[in-house]
Amino acid sequence: MKTRLIPAIVVVAAIAGTAGCGSSSSSGSSAGSSGGSSGSGTTLTYWASNQGATIQDDVKVLTPELEKFQKETGIKVKLQVIGWPDLLNKILAATSSGQGPDVVNIGNTWAPSLQATGAFMPFDASALSAIGGKDKFVAASYATGGVKGQDPTSVPLYALAYGLYYNKKMFADAGLQPPTTWQELQADAKKLTNPSTGTYGMAMEGGSYTESVHFAFIFGQQQGADPFNAQGQPDFTSPGMVAGVKQYVDLMSDKVVNPSSVQYKNGPEAPGDFANGKAAMLMSQNNADNTLVADGMKTSEYGVVPIPAPTGAAQNTASFVAGINISIFKNSKNKAAALKFVNFMTSPAEQQIFDVPFAALPVISGVTPNFTTNTQEAQTFQQILATRSVPLPLVANESEFETNVGNAVNQLIAQAATGSAPTSAQIKAALQQAQDKMAAAG
Amino acid sequence: MAAHPTTRRAGGRHARRLTPYLLIAPAIVLELLIHIIPMLVGVWMSFVQLTQYYIANWSSAPWQGLSAYKVALNFSSPVGDSLLHSFKITCLYTVVVVAISWFFGMSAALVLHRKFRGRGLFRTLFLVPYAMPIYAGIMTWNFMLQRDNGLVNHVLKSLGITDGQTFWLIGGNAFWSMVVIAIWRTWPFAFLMLLAGLQNIPEDVYDAAAVDGAGIWRQIRYITLPALRPVNLVLVLMMFLWTFNDFNTPFVLFGAQPPTSADLVSVHIYGASFVNWNFGFGSAMSVLLLLFLLVVTGAYLLIFNRRSRRA
Repeated sequence: MKTRLIPAIVVVAAIAGTAGCGSSSSSGSSAGSSGGSSGSGTTLTYWASNQGATIQDDVKVLTPELEKFQKETGIKVKLQVIGWPDLLNKILAATSSGQGPDVVNIGNTWAPSLQATGAFMPFDASALSAIGGKDKFVAASYATGGVKGQDPTSVPLYALAYGLYYNKKMFADAGLQPPTTWQELQADAKKLTNPSTGTYGMAMEGGSYTESVHFAFIFGQQQGADPFNAQGQPDFTSPGMVAGVKQYVDLMSDKVVNPSSVQYKNGPEAPGDFANGKAAMLMSQNNADNTLVADGMKTSEYGVVPIPAPTGAAQNTASFVAGINISIFKNSKNKAAALKFVNFMTSPAEQQIFDVPFAALPVISGVTPNFTTNTQEAQTFQQILATRSVPLPLVANESEFETNVGNAVNQLIAQAATGSAPTSAQIKAALQQAQDKMAAAG
Repeated sequence: MAAHPTTRRAGGRHARRLTPYLLIAPAIVLELLIHIIPMLVGVWMSFVQLTQYYIANWSSAPWQGLSAYKVALNFSSPVGDSLLHSFKITCLYTVVVVAISWFFGMSAALVLHRKFRGRGLFRTLFLVPYAMPIYAGIMTWNFMLQRDNGLVNHVLKSLGITDGQTFWLIGGNAFWSMVVIAIWRTWPFAFLMLLAGLQNIPEDVYDAAAVDGAGIWRQIRYITLPALRPVNLVLVLMMFLWTFNDFNTPFVLFGAQPPTSADLVSVHIYGASFVNWNFGFGSAMSVLLLLFLLVVTGAYLLIFNRRSRRA
């Protein structure tokens, strides 16, 4: 314990000093007595990720449900909603100090990386049966819980998927139908672009490395390319990966997106352009609905189709399995209570309640999505998630893959925005550099 | 000083000897806890392979000796090469920012040293960037430098200097945007220190020089600058260390992953540690940086102090 205390202080201090995040984590619960404590009088600490427009919104949504849980089980839940920029750092600090909450939300793409830390409780057979069995989950989402072949250290909580939003009126005025192939999408985007009026065919979050890596992965998959080989070694420079990255970067090279969107990185900018009629299409996860509605767009004004693949593509992948998972810290003293809580959060009734404000898809099989009143949109997203989504690589260095490849793609988009379209050779060189960095630093 | 009474108890002398140590003990303990021990832990971290696999149990991290240093200093590999690039960028950034900030600070101090109407107003105005919360200032610059709706492009376009379509926060321009913001933040400090230094130079020295026919430039050259030497010695060193270790400007302006042209060492290390989860490697780079700064600071003080003694 002592050997861990000093490093813990260092990491927390370092994080507090650099990331500007505030107090260190409170330790689990004080009221919980033994590892098996699961009944009345137990207090759980829960770190929730920020899903709604603001942290206060999330507190409003979650609080009545946590009170309901307390009424049912006698277990009190201390809630802390954490903003996205701080969440991973706080989890890392909790991991290294051993002083964390009992239950925490994670971005599902972090699952294998966090599993590798060994700080999270594996959901073995008995834990899974305590939360209703693995078969209650949508298979695609459940697959993101950790590395293949090991007990997952997280289970799905909210599911999300990418779709292609299109502005119905702009398409109708131009006499266009929603695209079914990537080539059609490119042609439509060109037709709908008019720089003199400041309207473009496509909106883009060109400064966000997470968006960049998501599309590099999705389009690479369409070309039949995997970023990691069977041995788990990075393989970023295959012709399929290069073509996939080019497919995304070419939107900027072809000038069908506003060059300024190379600086968009916070989330609401690209949906904002789409909502304000500055862009005719938007490739986004379904929680963009919140932003679109907040920006004054009606759900009847847009349609959603799967992001199309190029003609003759190897696969018709339209999204990766996006979403939020929920984990229990290994050194929680209230594992049984925590399992009850996870079971509650992933119950069909609660899923129906949370999916509306958080614009999420259900992670439970057989639950009808209700995050939008637009039934066609809801069905489209549910189908994309169930049949056309692939998890991001389930490898321990997934987060490094996201950073290195995402940043390489960002630099290429910046190059395209400032006037010179990246060639396949330049893209390959950039990906090679990202791969070399992974090998050397790992 | 009164003479000591000779009848004092030995214990009293003992206590008197201990008093100063007791007084500084809290400071030493806190310094150890907050600075020294974490620094030593950081050095230890650079010798172990502290990646995500071991952060939950630090003591089990395998010993890697100097291998992190070898990776960082192997400039033919992409990782070493990007660190070298980041180091060069940081050196250029530091030299430009410190030189221009000093020049602005010196000029403003010389102008505002003389009495004239409205001097107080200008002094206050010049100190605004220094007094402003750093984050608020940099965020405001960020908005001003946006391409479509930023003030900078708007002004440049209205004046007919550019077409108002310039990107200030990506590509090569990102570096210069960062430099301008850092100068804006740093020069008021130079101004404040130099103004204080100027107050200490007696007026009659200038009067005598003027009688001897020395013009304003000669007065600055032979009176002002030599008299400000001790102030400048500390000021330049402080500005150098602050600027070289600047984390806030690139981080607030660009986030955790700045453009290549603005990849300062501090953010580069942050990226290795908190974005790529490789704390051992991040620490190794921090130690190298610390050694570099120690050598530079030591050499600087040695050279200039020796010169001061000769002068």
